Amino acid sequence: MATALRSVTLRRLAIATVAVMGAGYALAFLYAPEDADQGFIQKIFYLHVPLATVALVGFMVAAVHAIRHLRTGDPKHDARSYVSIHISVIFGLAVLATGAIWAKGSWGVWWEWREPTLVSFLIVFLLYATYYPLRYAIEDRERQARYASVFAITAGAFVPLNFLAVRAAEPLVHPRTFSSAGGLPDSMLFAFLVCLAGVALLWTTLVWFELDAKAASGNLGKIRRALEATA
Amino acid sequence: MTTFSALLRKDLRVELRTLRSLPAMALFAVSAFVIFRFGLDRTSLDGELAAGVLVPTLLFAALLAINRLFVAEREEGGFDLIRLAPIDRTVLLAAKATALVIYLVVLELIAVPIFALFFLDSASGLVPFALVLLLANVGLAATGTVISTIATMSSARDLLAPLILLPLLIPLVIAAAGAGEHLLAAGGPDYGRFGTWLALLGLYDLVFLLVGYATFDFLLED
Amino acid sequence: MERTAAVESRPASGASEPAIELRGLRRDFGERTALGRISARLEPGESLAVLGPNGSGKSTLLRVVAGLLRPSAGDVTVLGCALPRETHRLRGRVGYLGHAPLLYRDLSARENLRLAAALHGLDPVAAESRIEHLLGTVQMSARGDDRVAELSAGMKQRIDICRAVLHEPELLLLDEPDAHLDTEARLLVDPLIGPGHGPSRVVVSHDRAAATADADVVLELR
Repeated sequence: MATALRSVTLRRLAIATVAVMGAGYALAFLYAPEDADQGFIQKIFYLHVPLATVALVGFMVAAVHAIRHLRTGDPKHDARSYVSIHISVIFGLAVLATGAIWAKGSWGVWWEWREPTLVSFLIVFLLYATYYPLRYAIEDRERQARYASVFAITAGAFVPLNFLAVRAAEPLVHPRTFSSAGGLPDSMLFAFLVCLAGVALLWTTLVWFELDAKAASGNLGKIRRALEATA
Repeated sequence: MTTFSALLRKDLRVELRTLRSLPAMALFAVSAFVIFRFGLDRTSLDGELAAGVLVPTLLFAALLAINRLFVAEREEGGFDLIRLAPIDRTVLLAAKATALVIYLVVLELIAVPIFALFFLDSASGLVPFALVLLLANVGLAATGTVISTIATMSSARDLLAPLILLPLLIPLVIAAAGAGEHLLAAGGPDYGRFGTWLALLGLYDLVFLLVGYATFDFLLED
Repeated sequence: MERTAAVESRPASGASEPAIELRGLRRDFGERTALGRISARLEPGESLAVLGPNGSGKSTLLRVVAGLLRPSAGDVTVLGCALPRETHRLRGRVGYLGHAPLLYRDLSARENLRLAAALHGLDPVAAESRIEHLLGTVQMSARGDDRVAELSAGMKQRIDICRAVLHEPELLLLDEPDAHLDTEARLLVDPLIGPGHGPSRVVVSHDRAAATADADVVLELR
């Protein structure tokens, strides 16, 4: 029963995602004006920044799920934490890729150390990439989940500190940032917000989808084992 | 004798007897200095280069100690003694982290003067830098002890701790090297942004001591 | 594959709360069931012998009762504490002798015992005389200051036995207590861990004859 409801919700989420993202990028390309300095390449801002924001929030969400897992011991919180990190890491890769494209388009270089967000993301990505070897190195499932939760909480606390530190490392005068959050004309801001909502929906849909797939394969495994036991 | 002091004294006593970590750390640091001398082709360092050699070297040496932090517990049968005792297990975290800070201070008392001897023209920046290092040691100990516990209980133990720790310690490197760049500058120590770096270090220490305190118990279960 | 247990026991004396009560205890490690549906009951002061071939889960059972492993299913009550919920109430009341000694190899016997005393919150002065008494009983006083690493397996076992009974536990959990001990040594340790001296006992053993002779209850694992 619950799974039937889940697929309905999942389908609705997917439709909403496509709709909002479609609207958002239509606005970005057709409605929002082209940036005076950077030209067309600036449009990637509507993808890069939402991906970054959502990925970071995703890591925080994973940390919250991890706290709940430690408190209750319920493996479903661990699954949510794991999948949240998984999707956020993939988004993180996309952030680095779009960041590189943007840097090449704006400044002619594939990497820019003076862009604090990009550098912070690299470090965060390097940290969360160790989540997988950590999980694979611990065999006992319960202990693996507990340790992964401690990691998710530690890493979640790390993310804001890391951003602060990287920003502090840049000489106050000359950071090269992709965007200043303030000073966006209304039309750009509106398009950006819609894109942000779309990407957030995309993240949520992907997380639900993966959780659903995991639950299904978990059930399949249980059925298989039960059959083998009686055979 | 409180449980904390009993555990701390046990660790210090074992280290003094076996000298498992300290000599290796010190030798590593000095060898690294020599490698940098040739790698950079420099015989004198100041400012950002001095900080850039000293801070990472101390960090990598610290990893040696962190990897070996729970060796005795592992040999003794995996924390059973602690887990059977009617104590708050966070005491183990406190004792191990304190021991690690002590090892790092001893390392720095040896390695930093040698570094000054090899590369620095003036040592006047070292006194304020000692404060920076002390705060960094606390942060290193807080995250290092937690990650070392995780790694100890896993199968990839020697590899896992450095792998997870290196990104995690980058803010410490940023702050310590940032402060070092100014304190070890050619013309004498300059206190530009000193407050920023101390604040960042203090914040890092606070956050990760809290995280460690809140989660350590869960690492020792089962 | 499920493991079932056969239990023979004397009719329960009834009045007091049992020292140990197991109902349908199961412990899994991932896919593998190490203990399957174990039920048993031990009255205070009595001895339970756990027998079975290698790999039948005897040591696992002991660790669950000690509170070191969480049961996967079933009810486990030890000294009135429902595990795993009330494990913290059990700590310090159980004396556990595992497969390998819970001793730090670089400390001496006395240092190990003092550490164990501190971990159990024993008054240091009282602990000191108790340590000497125990070392004297097992005839290890002369070698009490040698590093554990330098002692033979039998000597380590004797020290470990002292450690297990140091805090005068109500329940003894002994995994092959006679391992590495010659007949003379077994006589020495009998007043500390033998039957009928007060504490309830669970003994895991390969020596079927000796174990059954001392036991009030026998649990056979397959």
